Amino acid sequence: MQDFLNYIQHSSQTPGEAGNFAWATIYILIIFTGISVAVIAMNWLERKVLAHMQVRLGPMRVGPHGLLQPIADALKLLIKEDIMPSEADRLVFWLAPVTVVITAFTVFIVIPFGPTHAVTDMNIGILFMLGVSSLGVLGIIMAGWASNSHYPLLGALRSSSQMVSYEIAMGMAVISAVLMTTLTSDGVGTLSMIQIVQSQDKQQTWFLFRMFPFGFLAFFIFAVAMVAETNRAPFDLPEAESELVAGFHTEYSGFRWSLFFLAEYAAMLAVSSIAVTLWLGGWMRPFPHWMAGVGWDAFFSFFPAATFLILALLALIGTVRMPKHPAFKIQKGGLGLFALVLCGIGILLLVPAVKDRIQDIYWFVAKVSVFMYAYIWYRGTFPRYRFDQLMKLGWKVMIPMGIAVLIVVAAAPAFNFVW
Amino acid sequence: MSELTKTDPNSTANLDLDTPESQIETYLHHRAAPQPEERTYLDANELVLNMGPQHPSTHGVLRVILKLDGEKVLGTECIIGYLHRGVEKIAENRTYTMFNPYVDRMDYVAAVSNGLGYCEAVEKLLNIEAPPRAQYIRVILAELNRLASHMLWLGTHALDIGAITPLFYTFRDREEILKIFEKYCGARLTTHAFRIGGCLYETYDGFEQDVMKFVKFVRPKIDEYEALLTTNRIWVERTKGVGVISAADAIDLGVTGPVLRASGVQWDLRKAQPYSGYEKFEFEIPTGTNGDTYDRYIVRIAEMHQSLRIIEQAVAGIPEGPIMGKVPKVMKPPVGEIYHSIEAPKGELGYFIVSDGSTQPYRVRVRPPSFVNLQALDKMVQGALVADVVAVIGTIDIVLGEVDR
Repeated sequence: MQDFLNYIQHSSQTPGEAGNFAWATIYILIIFTGISVAVIAMNWLERKVLAHMQVRLGPMRVGPHGLLQPIADALKLLIKEDIMPSEADRLVFWLAPVTVVITAFTVFIVIPFGPTHAVTDMNIGILFMLGVSSLGVLGIIMAGWASNSHYPLLGALRSSSQMVSYEIAMGMAVISAVLMTTLTSDGVGTLSMIQIVQSQDKQQTWFLFRMFPFGFLAFFIFAVAMVAETNRAPFDLPEAESELVAGFHTEYSGFRWSLFFLAEYAAMLAVSSIAVTLWLGGWMRPFPHWMAGVGWDAFFSFFPAATFLILALLALIGTVRMPKHPAFKIQKGGLGLFALVLCGIGILLLVPAVKDRIQDIYWFVAKVSVFMYAYIWYRGTFPRYRFDQLMKLGWKVMIPMGIAVLIVVAAAPAFNFVW
Repeated sequence: MSELTKTDPNSTANLDLDTPESQIETYLHHRAAPQPEERTYLDANELVLNMGPQHPSTHGVLRVILKLDGEKVLGTECIIGYLHRGVEKIAENRTYTMFNPYVDRMDYVAAVSNGLGYCEAVEKLLNIEAPPRAQYIRVILAELNRLASHMLWLGTHALDIGAITPLFYTFRDREEILKIFEKYCGARLTTHAFRIGGCLYETYDGFEQDVMKFVKFVRPKIDEYEALLTTNRIWVERTKGVGVISAADAIDLGVTGPVLRASGVQWDLRKAQPYSGYEKFEFEIPTGTNGDTYDRYIVRIAEMHQSLRIIEQAVAGIPEGPIMGKVPKVMKPPVGEIYHSIEAPKGELGYFIVSDGSTQPYRVRVRPPSFVNLQALDKMVQGALVADVVAVIGTIDIVLGEVDR
């Protein structure tokens, strides 16, 4: 254990690069657990945020403010009867959710939560990521085909054409970000996720603001395409509830269905992580150069602890405001305990050894959670696109725009015209 | 793949012609089979998709059989009757008064309008008229009900198109209307608010204030719905040019109500043949021009504002006096028949009542707007996509309780 602590404190390499398989495995386990917890939290947050946008309360019964609702749901899904339609292609039907989940989670191998906080640093990291995340569509087609039913088939067809078209626009945007990594003094570009962030550090700006507005446009294209890629509103046609009942997972239930659910949210986290890495400076704290110095460093290092302490305070206020009725005793105790746990985490984050190492991860997660909130926001605001309009938007707006941005970003440095 | 797509679409040899399903299939094959030169892409077979009766957006238990080429709709067939309760037959075994609550169960989101239509029809048959105060109360409640019906329509229609938030907004505001109903007559949905010859209940203390407070409350709320949808790019793209029906087609099909008005026909029974004192109120008939889903949305939103105008005038001018006309204890209308129709939120709601001189009607025939308007579905979705079918079902604004009766 001491060895491990030493390692994470002093290493300058990711465990994968260092060839340290034991620590790489531990990292994988931590990330897997972290993503699963994030999916659970996201499930609760989506319900609550959406509910508050829609003048209702959301889950309130299971646990204080419905905090245990996702866990109750997960338990319910686990103990449900495992139904497989008699007409289904059994092997493919079984394989489809597994494929989707594996691809969604594999992506996280190269996501850098900090300069050393990644399972491994591949020199083709971004390509690996795009490649693996596109495999998710395979699982969806398999699900649609194996169900042997009309609605899933239509959903799968929609999904595959949608993903394939938006991947092109997405690729264009990614290439322009990768090209921007060459704008350093040595002019060497990179595909490694970690070095992309380091390049932004060297250029003292996020790629979002580089060559304004072209960096921003590329980011915008990616931000739209990633919503389409993850089949979320307003591009949720494959599972359009009011049209196709539940789209490709109509025939799925219980645990298999929950795998699709898990994969959808994991994929959302994954694409948001790509966006953060490529355009929003990855793990870097805000203004690392403009607000440089020991004082600022110390100021920003209190953010993680402050976040948790504020959350603890909010939970505490919630506890105090609970109705004074004997029926609320357990709920009150639960929320108090939750506040205590949050407070404990907050205090733990004040310990210098932890405080210094948690910085990167904190800022990365904070940036990703902005995207997660945006996902919920879109869902509360937008109607759904129709299939042909979606295709039109993809092929006639996004891809030409992506190509234009790519041309500018590629050509401008050749004329020594960079801003 | 199911058996349907495996078989040759033009062959009916292996279909059992006696079952209703196979009759439908045969019908669809004959009607929607494309010409040889217009065969589907790559000569693939059509996909027959059964939508409903259990489907999230067929508004109850409507069943639509879609014939698809990929996502393109080649033909539709509506199958109704899953909510058939024989309301018209029940009428023949009930006295005129006893049948009154049953009409609330037809269009259950606009129960007041149903009751108004029935009561007025029987009053016409008995040759009596409700006193002015009763007419004003009827107008206020009927217009409130029109608002409630349009709100429910807007919420569910937006939900079908994928915007989930308006549903909760409209239900929040519809609740205020239902509260007024509850205070007035004790029921929220199936109100049974009116009686033949007038109203049973006098308005409660503070009724006028409640209604005026609601009018003030709801105006900015309607703007709120509009802020979410009217200029929303996706909403406009999803509704403009979708489900177009021309004025001539709409008249031929007997379509009435906002669907007809959105096609540019200025036809509103409240103006055309005023009943219950509607001639005393100032209001406009909003019309559209293109007859598409967007125009129907705009027309209904404008109608909500007009309803508020009527309510304001009615509350301001409500006269004192009795609320019940002179009605015989035992109603025995003279032998004869009567057709009376009103402008329900969904269109022309007519009652055709035949009296044989006894206490029970010989025959009651209801002309429900939803049922007649639903016929336009096939015309509206020809060549559209699956997503449009859902949008068009929503925009026609059907209530299956009324379609099936």
